Amino acid sequence: MEMKDLFYAMPLLIVGGGILLILLIDMFFKGGKKIIPALTFFILLGTAYYSLFTINQLPIGLMPVSEFGLFYGMLSFGGKAHLFYFLFNFGSAIAVLIANDYLKKIETEYSEYYILLLSSVLGMMLIAGSRNLVMIFIGLEQMSISFYALAGYRRKNILSNEAALKYFLLGSFATGFLIYGMAFIFGTAQSMMLIDIFSQTSVLVKNPLFMIGILLFLIGFTFKIAAVPFHMWAPDVYEGSPTSVTALMATVGKAAAFSAILLIFVSVAKMGPNSVFSSMFSVVAVLSMLYGSIAAIAQKDIKRMLAYSSIAHAGYMTIGLAAVNPSGIAGIIFYLVAYTFMNLGAFGIIALLESKEGKFLSIEDYKGLGTRQPFLAASLAIIMFALSGIPPFAGFFGKYYIFLAAIQSGDTWLALVGVLSSVISVYFYLRVVVYMYFSKSDDESAILEISQTGLLAVIASLVLVIAFGLAPGSLIRLISGLI
Amino acid sequence: MNLLPFYLIVSAFMFFTGVIGVMTRRNAIIVFMSIELMLNSANLTFVAFSSFLGNVSGQVFVFFVMAVAAAEAAVGLAIIISIYRNKMTANIDEINILKW
Repeated sequence: MEMKDLFYAMPLLIVGGGILLILLIDMFFKGGKKIIPALTFFILLGTAYYSLFTINQLPIGLMPVSEFGLFYGMLSFGGKAHLFYFLFNFGSAIAVLIANDYLKKIETEYSEYYILLLSSVLGMMLIAGSRNLVMIFIGLEQMSISFYALAGYRRKNILSNEAALKYFLLGSFATGFLIYGMAFIFGTAQSMMLIDIFSQTSVLVKNPLFMIGILLFLIGFTFKIAAVPFHMWAPDVYEGSPTSVTALMATVGKAAAFSAILLIFVSVAKMGPNSVFSSMFSVVAVLSMLYGSIAAIAQKDIKRMLAYSSIAHAGYMTIGLAAVNPSGIAGIIFYLVAYTFMNLGAFGIIALLESKEGKFLSIEDYKGLGTRQPFLAASLAIIMFALSGIPPFAGFFGKYYIFLAAIQSGDTWLALVGVLSSVISVYFYLRVVVYMYFSKSDDESAILEISQTGLLAVIASLVLVIAFGLAPGSLIRLISGLI
Repeated sequence: MNLLPFYLIVSAFMFFTGVIGVMTRRNAIIVFMSIELMLNSANLTFVAFSSFLGNVSGQVFVFFVMAVAAAEAAVGLAIIISIYRNKMTANIDEINILKW
């Protein structure tokens, strides 16, 4: 290890140091609790800013990865990893804004929330930057364990407890598959370094033990992205967890799991028998899209509806994996960015309106919101349009790039199923809009005071959703340059 | 004599015992123990491969898995205790408010 490694690993060190700093402030300064949310927010924002402006600092493609990795090749620097660092940190900064007043509202304001949040972000960054199976495992577990604890954060609330228990049991079950898969990958590739595994993929794909390992690995990560057939935890966990936590794990948590899949499968699929992985991902994609869209129609709880819609979104992104071409990968990353900010906006608005007793969690409660809260209703309507993929918002171009990649690789039928599923999904997204604008509210009581920071979070996500919708070219060019 | 296949068979047996335990047992603590059995079977596979290949990194990974499993146990048991305080049960069939 050299000193330059520490310098290049700056984003990780800032977040890691932030965790320790906040722990100390929490312990030793009585008045310090008030500044902890603000401190967390600025740590995340600073890291996001630093990561964004170091994406192109070094020519990533020009050097062999083994020479270029930090800490003896365990971590990568710049490029795609820093793009993901930016996404995780910026998304979590918005989640902190959502959480700040929400936690006061539900009367569970402890500073552990921010420590766990930062710790989960550090885990995500380790996943996105890893060059070694050990790092993927450590990062994934750091993220997941923090999420288990966050899901059960309202410890007096039985729903939150139940969500935490389900998430924990099923999450560690999936981890078991993941590690067992890693054991086989290690045994056949004889190395933990991704670069060594990639260099011999063309030989290894003929080895059944290696394929079992990859399959088990895929099962573990299909669980983490909540795609069918390993989706069953998502609706329960998203509904039961505190809304600010759902906002975090439904967005950046899913992006982190996808960044790991991109690390492994892109290069395995490139060299291996394309048909095996491609058809596997196609099945997962079709099932997730259709199941998510159809099951969402029947939902009465808005968080549960968004959970099913997130299963469908995982399906759309899996199309990009099935396409196995660079534009598919670029499409996935674009979709992840769009998806993150759309869902942060949606959950942010729910967190703003939700009361301690759970009002505004049922879709029925949104009746007549258009006259009672014109700005929030308009924002939610825009986000629902974006989620259902109506132009000119970010969601449309996410789907456009993914479907384009599928058509380019000859999987036109996948794109058609995707379009069909988007058409189904319009029904349940627009139902919320119809309730807000064309139904009268049964209950005319004033809504609680709207939090300022929460409003800022909604505005920030809304601006990004519209900006990426109006000017998708700049982002897709940035992403394509990194692949 | 190459003993690797025997180690792999034993660990596969442990792994599937764990999977079946997770699927069939109803007490949250026992489900959690079955998950730990799955992790340990993966550890056994790692150590077997590591010894067979003469590559130490597999054994190092096992230490990481053990440390992470300990952290997971700490969080998991805390979750089970908090649900027990609220519901006076650790039976996962009775923990079923969230469904459609």
